Amino acid sequence: MNAIAVRDLRKSYGALEAVGGISFEVARGEVFGLLGPNGAGKTTTVEILEGYRKRDAGQVEVLGSDPATADGAWRERIGVVLQSSAMYETLSVAEMLGVFAGYYHQPRPLDEVVALVGLEDQRDTRVRRLSGGQRRRLDLGLALVGDPELIFLDEPTTGFDPGARRRAWETIRGLRSLGKTILLTTHYLDEAEQLADRVAVLRHGEIVASGTPAELTGTARQTEIRYRENGREVVLHTDEPTRLLHELTEQALGRGQELEGLLVRRPTLEEVYLSLTEEAEAG
Amino acid sequence: MKLLWHEVKAELLLYTRSRELAFFTFLLPMIFFVLLGSTYGNDTVDGVKGSRFLEAGMIGYGAISIAFAGLAIVLVIRRENGILKRLRATPLPAWAYISALLSAFLLAFAVEVVGIILLGRVLFGIPVPDHLGSLALALLLGAVAFCGLGVGLTAVIRSAEGASAVVNAIYLPAAFLAGAFFSPRHFPQVLRAIADVLPLTYFLRLVRNVMLHGHEIWTQGTNVAVIAAWGAVGVVVALRYFRWEPHEG
Repeated sequence: MNAIAVRDLRKSYGALEAVGGISFEVARGEVFGLLGPNGAGKTTTVEILEGYRKRDAGQVEVLGSDPATADGAWRERIGVVLQSSAMYETLSVAEMLGVFAGYYHQPRPLDEVVALVGLEDQRDTRVRRLSGGQRRRLDLGLALVGDPELIFLDEPTTGFDPGARRRAWETIRGLRSLGKTILLTTHYLDEAEQLADRVAVLRHGEIVASGTPAELTGTARQTEIRYRENGREVVLHTDEPTRLLHELTEQALGRGQELEGLLVRRPTLEEVYLSLTEEAEAG
Repeated sequence: MKLLWHEVKAELLLYTRSRELAFFTFLLPMIFFVLLGSTYGNDTVDGVKGSRFLEAGMIGYGAISIAFAGLAIVLVIRRENGILKRLRATPLPAWAYISALLSAFLLAFAVEVVGIILLGRVLFGIPVPDHLGSLALALLLGAVAFCGLGVGLTAVIRSAEGASAVVNAIYLPAAFLAGAFFSPRHFPQVLRAIADVLPLTYFLRLVRNVMLHGHEIWTQGTNVAVIAAWGAVGVVVALRYFRWEPHEG
């Protein structure tokens, strides 16, 4: 059974169509990435799934219920990380988590949550003294405190430095290994590639591509082979990387040369994504 | 019920942690009581001892500071920074949240009243008021009405930055005009005309009639009706326009 099923979802704000009839499903235990530039409709979609906004048309089922009419029992089962990190600045990390834990019938033990998001050293620090990355981790902790089955993460690492992003990714992978279903929005392509089992690329409120990151990168473009020859950079694109590579290395070995700086790579999701959105632009 | 109590405790913790709330809404009425009481406490104001006139005035000022001004500012800030939106994603029901928030502010006001009465007893030798039942009912009515108005007011404030400015611009002049600090008897006609529509005017009359003149609350039909009507206006506006989400940039 799917954790999330969306069929032909539509939402407009006045004349502006934010979401123009999208369909996708998220299986239980899956990390699903909604990827797209700002204004593509990611947050609108997620906020409809979270029960914040009413849809104009289409069917939406989240954990077997329609979020528009879902009750407290349903909210026990979801965790939400919004884009803004709204907190009670005067409380400590533990107090903040304690306040929110009280809203759930079976909260996850506080120390477990603190450990899960790596705030052991900040347990008794006031929220207002936390760094940006620590706040965002507390944000995640607040979403996890009810021990939800399904977690919504709306741009969880926006504004992070690279180290903080790596740590956040580790935490999210940890959640996946606990069997949580995660719906992630991001405009960072590498983030989707790193974390998501499947990705849907959203543009102007429509899904322009979807699949596993490997599928997206696998189908879209050829493999790229790069090396340097006499100080000159050679770049080749091929549908038959095995054959081409064999030929190149055979020739090089025959000449007793090294293929300097040899690099064989698939296009990154970023390149696929840019090509997708460029095509959409042209169309 | 357990949930409600949990949230009341959380709100009380938040209230006591906030220096702004503690000072402006809680301590300031007591400070004014001491300061003004030492200047005209022994004079006769409106036929009663100045300190007693002021004591009732500061209870009214405390009510509008805590239940109206403090509540409105806290709610706008929480709405605009996204706390309310975050709460909507949790199983905490809206009614439990609002009830707990109001309970915490009413409790803070109750402590304030006790504090003012104790100060009056110790510093100015004012006896503890009789008709305590009527007084408690009058204070509850006023505080609830000001809560309603405070929540209603949040509908017209669009930013956290604007919250203090708008609220202060309303409740400070209101407290002055209604006669919390000084007798309005010698105010110019214009100001008295304005005061005549303010709910605080009727609340102060009610509290003074009970505390200073020995009236029971059931003899105070007009005052009670005006206060209740104002409270109802606030509640109607709140029910119609209250929002959980911030105004987007």
